Amino acid sequence: MIELISPTRCIRCNQCVSVCPTGVFEAAPDGPPVIARHEDCQTCFMCELYCPADALYVAPQAEEHAIVDEDRLAEEGLLGSYRKNVGWGRGRKSTAAKDEMHIVFRYMNH
Amino acid sequence: MSKQEELRLQTDVLVIGGGPAGAWAAISAAQEGASVILVDKGYCGTSGATAPSGNGVWYVKPDPEEREKAMQSREGMGGFLADREWMKRVLDQTYDNVNRLALWGYPFPVDEFGSSYRKSLQGPEYMKLMRKQVKKHGVRILDHHPALELLADSHGVAGARGINRSTSKPWRIEAAAVIIATGGCAFLSKALGTNVLTGDGYLMAAEAGADLSGMEFSTAYSLAPAFSSITKSAFYSFATFYYEDGTVIEGAGSQRGRSVIARTLLTQPVYARLDKADELLQRAMRLAQPNFFLAFDRLGINPFTDRFPVTLRYEGTVRGTGGIRIMNEHCATKVPGLFAAGDAATRELICGGFTGGGSHNAAWAMSSGWFAGRGAARHARTLGALGSRRNARALSESTGIPARAFDQPGLPDTSEIIRAVQDEVFPLDRNWFRRESTLRSSLNQLHRLWHQLKNGLQARDGNVVRVREAAAMTATARWMYVSGLARTETRGMHRRDDFPAQDPAQHYRLLTGGLDQIWAAPDPTSFKQFANLKEESVQ
Repeated sequence: MIELISPTRCIRCNQCVSVCPTGVFEAAPDGPPVIARHEDCQTCFMCELYCPADALYVAPQAEEHAIVDEDRLAEEGLLGSYRKNVGWGRGRKSTAAKDEMHIVFRYMNH
Repeated sequence: MSKQEELRLQTDVLVIGGGPAGAWAAISAAQEGASVILVDKGYCGTSGATAPSGNGVWYVKPDPEEREKAMQSREGMGGFLADREWMKRVLDQTYDNVNRLALWGYPFPVDEFGSSYRKSLQGPEYMKLMRKQVKKHGVRILDHHPALELLADSHGVAGARGINRSTSKPWRIEAAAVIIATGGCAFLSKALGTNVLTGDGYLMAAEAGADLSGMEFSTAYSLAPAFSSITKSAFYSFATFYYEDGTVIEGAGSQRGRSVIARTLLTQPVYARLDKADELLQRAMRLAQPNFFLAFDRLGINPFTDRFPVTLRYEGTVRGTGGIRIMNEHCATKVPGLFAAGDAATRELICGGFTGGGSHNAAWAMSSGWFAGRGAARHARTLGALGSRRNARALSESTGIPARAFDQPGLPDTSEIIRAVQDEVFPLDRNWFRRESTLRSSLNQLHRLWHQLKNGLQARDGNVVRVREAAAMTATARWMYVSGLARTETRGMHRRDDFPAQDPAQHYRLLTGGLDQIWAAPDPTSFKQFANLKEESVQ
């Protein structure tokens, strides 16, 4: 579930408020958006993909709260790692062009 | 709430739901010249099961031999309930639409033979592109505008009303035709991307008088790491499954062996390791499904060398095949002005009773969306200028199913009803393995919950949309289990422990419907259709 909105990275564009399909975030008048409905997070990682500032972190645990530490996440390269993997963001190319599902299917039909 | 100023709009076609089916429906209706509004409970582009996932597509070149093979592939598994004419139509439309995606700029990869490979779509990329195209076609998108109920008059469906989630302001959209593209129902199980899929469209359609079909084919559970939402059963074809002590579970597998896993999970944890994947395949898997590895990478698990606990996460009708009954090639329902597309509609027409998961559902979404969009636009045209100005009434007024929250102590909270419904549909020993006694006891409880919620629900968390979701999930579970009880055989994904064989006398599709009284009965048209087909014995 979503565990972090980094106040130092967030540029207050409120993209996460717009794109979250289950309405987890809420815009705040003078600050970054807040995680208003944590329990409604379905761990789909879409907010991370749409965050232009790599300010969000969705922990893979779907049911339990995970304790996270921003500095450590940054150090381990996990802030924005999903966005990097799919090739979204300035100067990157979508990795959909490198999709190797055809190879996976070939193995499956063996 | 009703005192607040209401957003009022008129349009030819209203599309409810902004996943792939809704997006394709909106584009196709707009191309027919209709004015179109698309409302989504969340955000068109991220909502639903497609956006966060890797999606196979039933894309088959128009080569007679390849097409024949494609049509045959699931016929037996589906219990011979599919319809070849529909398969042909869907294969044709899917081929066209996927090629359209290429023209629109979807970056299809090039395979080892140097040709553009079009059987796989990356969800985030695909749905971002669809949103862009929907807008380009002049469709007005209203995000975070869940529909709560339909409007209708004596001529049929005439729009919908709902709420703006961010302002709590109500909206009312009058339309000459409505397309339900709200997806299936996974009962808030957190299977990837499915928590917006709570059966809302089934309830709205049933309130208008539409039938459902194939609701017994609702036993889909997907393999996932026990801690995670990432449901991707296909990759587990390269897994070995283990008991806690590290010994191999004989017979366990991602396909036919999934029942062994289900049975084991009833008493103890199951572990998996993707140890059948060589280096080339490991690389391909990473490039095919980046989010599959996200969960592992973040927890420091190497799924190819480490054993990790797995679970079966319920996917209900999202990867089942049941849904709103389709009456003709325009995906019209029984109710004038009401159309259904995608997982909200029955997918038995192309997959029978076996999961539409993977390629078939993706193909069905883009094709049925396309057909419904065209059908709805034409319907609007026949109604003329007055089609969207009819002073119709909201249907919950006559059905008495609550469409708002009541702030009254003593009434149950939405969360209580939802948890109680989940307790009847999640357990493997009720839903994966079905038998008369458990189906009956679940139905008793579900009918009781239905009567309880009809007296009104509180929404203590302030989320009034949950009122309709709770009602929709309760109704869906009842349609599922009444159908499951009526089909006294094992066919497709519907497994009856007390009737383990397929019964040639039940070679028909099963309809269901009703709200306070639920009924199930053989589809008379499918009787006729299958009458001259000799049923082959399966497996």
